[in-house]
Amino acid sequence: MTMNVIGKPVARVDGRDKVTGRALYAAEFNQSNQAYAVIVNATVGLGRITGIDQAAVAKMPGVLSVLSHLNAPKLAYRPHKGSIDPKTGERLHVLQDEAVRFHGQPVALIVAETLDSAERAAAALRITYEAQRPIIDIADPDARAIVPESGRDHTRGDAEAAFANAPVNLKASYDIARENHNPMEPHATVAVWKGDKLTLWSKSQYVVNEQAEIAAIFGIPLENVQVICPFIGGAFGTSLRTWSHVTLAAMAARVTQRPVKLALTRKQMFFTTGHRPRTLQHVAIGATQDGKLTSLIHEGTGETSRYEQFSEALVASSSYLVSCPNVTTRYRLAALDTGTPVFMRGPGEASGVFALESALDELSYKLNIDPIELRRRNEPKLDEGVNKPFSSRSLIRCYDVGAERFQWLNRMPQPRSMLDGRLRIGIGVASATYPAYQAQSSARVRLLASGIAEVEVAASDMGPGTYTSMTQVAAETLGLPIDKVRFSLGRSDFPPAPSHGGSWTMASVGSAIRAACISVLEEAKKRPSTDRPLEATATTQRDAGVAGRFSMHAFGAVFAEVAIDPDVGTIRVRRALGVYGAGRIINPLLATSQCTGGMIGGIGMALMERTVLDRRDGRPVNAHMADYLMPVNLDTPKIEVQFVDEVDPHVNPLGVKGLGEIALVGMAPAIANAVFHATGKRIRRLPILLEDMLHA
Amino acid sequence: MSDDKYWDDARGDVDIASTRALSRRSVLQLAGAVTASTTIPEAFANTTPAAAPTPAAAIAAKVSFSVNGVRHSLELDPRQSLLDVMRERLELTGTKKGCNQGACGACTILVNGKRIVSCLTLAAMHSGAEITTIEGLASNGDLHPVQEAFIKHEGFQCGYCTPGQIISAVGCIAEGHAGSAEEIQFWMSGNICRCGAYPGICAAVADAAGRN
Repeated sequence: MTMNVIGKPVARVDGRDKVTGRALYAAEFNQSNQAYAVIVNATVGLGRITGIDQAAVAKMPGVLSVLSHLNAPKLAYRPHKGSIDPKTGERLHVLQDEAVRFHGQPVALIVAETLDSAERAAAALRITYEAQRPIIDIADPDARAIVPESGRDHTRGDAEAAFANAPVNLKASYDIARENHNPMEPHATVAVWKGDKLTLWSKSQYVVNEQAEIAAIFGIPLENVQVICPFIGGAFGTSLRTWSHVTLAAMAARVTQRPVKLALTRKQMFFTTGHRPRTLQHVAIGATQDGKLTSLIHEGTGETSRYEQFSEALVASSSYLVSCPNVTTRYRLAALDTGTPVFMRGPGEASGVFALESALDELSYKLNIDPIELRRRNEPKLDEGVNKPFSSRSLIRCYDVGAERFQWLNRMPQPRSMLDGRLRIGIGVASATYPAYQAQSSARVRLLASGIAEVEVAASDMGPGTYTSMTQVAAETLGLPIDKVRFSLGRSDFPPAPSHGGSWTMASVGSAIRAACISVLEEAKKRPSTDRPLEATATTQRDAGVAGRFSMHAFGAVFAEVAIDPDVGTIRVRRALGVYGAGRIINPLLATSQCTGGMIGGIGMALMERTVLDRRDGRPVNAHMADYLMPVNLDTPKIEVQFVDEVDPHVNPLGVKGLGEIALVGMAPAIANAVFHATGKRIRRLPILLEDMLHA
Repeated sequence: MSDDKYWDDARGDVDIASTRALSRRSVLQLAGAVTASTTIPEAFANTTPAAAPTPAAAIAAKVSFSVNGVRHSLELDPRQSLLDVMRERLELTGTKKGCNQGACGACTILVNGKRIVSCLTLAAMHSGAEITTIEGLASNGDLHPVQEAFIKHEGFQCGYCTPGQIISAVGCIAEGHAGSAEEIQFWMSGNICRCGAYPGICAAVADAAGRN
């Protein structure tokens, strides 16, 4: 298939808007006569509200309304489970009762003429509580471990017996800190009621679900809610669900009969908008002397809230990443007095693969086998978890390409053997993987007499370049130049798209656009000349037959080199390489950028990011960007990204597998493995801290 | 001391502004309230409306400065940060609020040619200033070389930190801090990009600096 536009490094079609400040994010849709809402958050970690001195604050200048469970409207909260919501449990009902379920839960709302007035009143509002000690530590013996109803356990063979009989074995435990997404743009919603119709300019990775959820909460017809979100200032999962602040913005606008803007503060972004759950994992591996796995047991526990069962694919990759006849995986949840977690870039796999790939690295040293060679010896011929062939799998090719590019053979195999002056150097490697999903999506294409094609989908673009890559798909299919395609997204009245996550946007939305374009071209053949615009809408999903025959995943190999100062323990990633087999690459410029960014996110996971909770009351003690450390420019090493040619005729008509998640997955274990190679210290807790390097 | 408590609750954990000569807090102590007069809201359903707000009795600060070559004479709430005045009063929303605590750089603007984080300074402190925001960089529809370079080198993804990065880059180049890749990385590290577009940002700054 010859491609003219797909596969080309097209510059971002929205680039000009983004570099001139014209791209508008949710909080920037200022309305005339707009009021401002500010949330007041609970300052205890568990308990109930015993009193709120609303009257004192209501008299403060500029204050329009003070809302709490004492006077807030009782909302319908009709049942609604979006595809992104936990299947078990019920969302937080905001300002509906006096219960405090976690620190930072919204307990009151100030609406005022100006932002400053609202902030001042919010700070002055006095609330009394009857507080209990919350359980916020996953390792707390009082934290109840539950078997998630989503059920993700896998067993083949007899892993326990095989482990006991294995000539070589190892057991290790891993502890990965809670992370917060911390996109640059805080969550924000501007809400306007006109009669019984509600418009929300709201930060969302899933506008059609936000529409459905708000309609359910307020008990109004779906068509009465319109959600608009043309630009997202990063999200990484935190805007997949519709959190309570959206409800509060709409409530405030309804109570005051004014347009209301509500933007979360950075601190509030640590309370109610999800997080990557802290996980505890145990891995047991048995192997033969020549490095063939005979047993793999992978158990993991993740945080969830008491009111919802958030589950993710924490241990799932252990059933297919390596070949092993005897495998047991178990996934459990610890219900804590905390807000519900949510998917964060590479959800599940990023944490689970860290444990597995750390353990494999450890095994390689125990066996004195090169880490890449160990992966090669355990490369499966098919997905042994489901007994199906992979639609395509290029893991070993990724290792081969990467080993050459990264000059792996120049690495001295022994730990603590490489120095650069007084710095200890380590080189590590790890596999990356993520499922190649495709969800149902629709798309509409309109051919105008002017020769312009308008394409519309209720999709999102949180940064990967959906605007650009979808324009390329439409231009390619229609045989038009890029500048003749106008692609619009981010409106709930457009044809529905799935959530903008799980690396499935191109597979899902791209396939729908392609189908709609093919359909409109057929229409054009039937009516070659017409004054009316030609229009076609298509809905696509993965062919069930194909889905039943193949196991579909992207794979990659990630290399990292670290330099560790033995005196002060600082760890710097000096260079990194990610090689991915992810099907067809629609735009190598965007794809490289996306993978580079994911790898930098992985540096954060490995060396910096952790949300620390106060054990007394569950308060996130580092809820701001100075103490929640994230990679800055100077932390960025020389990063290279390569894609191996991979033609996958099965995944979807475009042959794409998605990149957003896998880009983060292998980085943290590659770094931890490099740290071991540099120092001989195996660190099984993330982030790796300076103090872990003492006496390195 | 009640004031200390008040601000700690309101603005997060560290009151950085209090270390400055004219701090937010000291201005606050001068200012009583805001200028707006309000109407009693309509009650909705079973909601009890708030009591009528007291009439405004504010000390309004008179400030005059130039933004992107346009002079603005404003009466404003002296507690307002320069960032909030840009975004909420002048509707110059190109300047972004990322953390409101001076830690992320998204709100970077040029004041008298120097890059500052506009969230950590009060608008009332800048009478007479010449301010440049992202909206003022392009001239007659022609992008500034730094803006062009950011597009060319993929210096962004989501675009939210981008105005701050670009303004910061203009300042970085003007300061003479764009002489090498490492120097650029160091002097651009006050601007966080959560998407991780740092290699593109560095390439863009180097390219634009070279063209200057």
